[in-house]
This record gives sequence, structure tokens and C-alpha cells, in this order.
Amino acid sequence: MTLAVSTHSHGVAHHEHHDDGSKTVFGFWIYLMSDCLIFSVLFATFAVLSGATAGGPSGKELFDLSFVLVETMLLLISSFTFGVAMLNMQAGNKGRVIAWLLITALFGAGFIAMEVYEFHHLISEGYGPGRSAYLSAFFTLIGTHGLHVTFGLIWIVVMIDMIRRHGLDGINKRRLSCLSLFWHFLDIVWICVFTFIYLFGAL
Amino acid sequence: MSHDAAVHHDQDHAHGSMKSYFFGFALSILLTLGSFGLVMSGTVPHNLAVPGLIALCVAQLLVQLVFFLHMGAAKEQRDNTLTFVFTVVILAIIVGGSLWVLHNMNANMMPGM
Repeated sequence: MTLAVSTHSHGVAHHEHHDDGSKTVFGFWIYLMSDCLIFSVLFATFAVLSGATAGGPSGKELFDLSFVLVETMLLLISSFTFGVAMLNMQAGNKGRVIAWLLITALFGAGFIAMEVYEFHHLISEGYGPGRSAYLSAFFTLIGTHGLHVTFGLIWIVVMIDMIRRHGLDGINKRRLSCLSLFWHFLDIVWICVFTFIYLFGAL
Repeated sequence: MSHDAAVHHDQDHAHGSMKSYFFGFALSILLTLGSFGLVMSGTVPHNLAVPGLIALCVAQLLVQLVFFLHMGAAKEQRDNTLTFVFTVVILAIIVGGSLWVLHNMNANMMPGM
């Protein structure tokens, strides 16, 4: 035990000196790949249950595609504005990074607000997750994505404060690189969501 | 100091430019509008709409992976790309396998469905 602890602390000290952050970002990428598996299982569940409406409404009756299109555009724009924030990070422009992160958070918050409205609307119409297996799978998949975006929003707000306090040092750059991967990844998951859940559902 | 410079140089390669972000963004918007238009116009027959939607989806995934997540075959991107390809294989097995097995179950054991 003592040996393990001392080896560990030695290893940490050694690495902090030489690590350029690329290992951390790669580790975060592997986390995202495991997250990908969570979503793929939820997609498979949804596909299997897509016909199990138990006499309730199907996607065709529930979805308002122009509403989903606006939601999609908000998330897509936020993905682009995060990219602009990252470019400013590489240029070392602290003020602009904060400004573009704020814009990203605004678009992300707009997306979440629309999703909460959609959920509230469906539930108040009596089409909550308890109505049918189809709606259970729908709420689980969309809700899991929405939770990810919500945590991404919290992370963006925390990073804005971190950059304001400590500037664009190596640690903040590494964290922003991870957050950037996370945010773009959520956009990619949403592409599958709007294609396979909303558009296929409305066909 | 020289170490910092090397890191910065690496990132220039791996993180794209304003031009590539904008190009990726414009392509994403076009592909998204294409997908929604295909369904919302209501003029495309069902047997064309399904492969069309899948093609647009795959195209958009590739656009975002390349322009936003900077995946590619360059040395510093190779680990990410390989891990991703491995994930896609696992994903295809899980999703494809589940659908296949459960479709057979439904067809054989619940003839009404």
C-alpha cells in the first residue's frame, strides 16, 4: 500500500512536468467514445420500440418539424461559435474567447429552453413517458442528450469564470480543448436524433 | 518556452482555421436544410426518402467529424481516428445486432405485430 502510494505520487509529479495536455485530451476522447455507446444503445432501444405506441400517438402526430428545425439550427450555430472561441484561444485573445463562449452558451440555453418547452407540452397533453413504450424510449433518448447539453452549459459557465480569473494558461487551454470536443460531439449525436427520431418518425 | 511553441504549432495543424470552420458550418446548414426539406416538402416518395435521409445524415456526420472534430489521418489525429473507427465497429454490432435479433423475435413469436 505504502509502495503503491509513493509510486503514484512520484508518477504524478513526473508527468505534470512533461505532459502537454494531449494525453488528457485523448483520454477525454475515449470517454466520449464510451458515451457514444450509451447513445447507440438508446438509439437501438428506440428503434426496437418505435412501433410500440400502445394505441397512443406516433411520431407523425406528435412532432412539429419546423420547431425541431429551429432547435437544430440553434445547436448547429452554437457548435460553430465554439469553434470560433477555440480559434481565438489559439490566438491568445482572452476577451474574445469569453465573448464567443458566452454566445455559445446563449444558443445552447435556447436549445435547452425549446426542449424543455417541448417536453412540457407533450406531458401536459397526456403524452408523457408513461403513455407508451415508444414515448418512454423517446423521452429517455432526448432527455439523455438534453442532460448532456445542460452539463455542457454548466461547464461553459465554469470555464468562462476560470478564464476570467486565470487567463489562457496551459490548464485552461487543455480544459477548453476537452469541452470543445464534448460540445461538438453533442452536435453530432443530435444529427442522428433529428434524422432517426424526428424525420423518420414523420415520414 | 520552446515547449509552448511546439504545442502551439501542433494545434495549428489539428484545430483548423476560420475558413475550414466556416466551410464546415455552411455545409452542415445545407445538409440539415436538405434533410428537413426532403421530409417537409412531402413530395419525395417513401422509398427514396429513407436512403436519402441516411445519405444526408452520414454526409453531415463526416462533415462535422472532419471540420469540427478535426479527425483525419495526420499523425497527431491518428489515435483519435483509430479509436473512433473501433467505436463505430462496436456500435454497428450492437445496434445492427439488436435490431436483427429483435426483428426475428417479433416476426417468429408475435405474428400479429
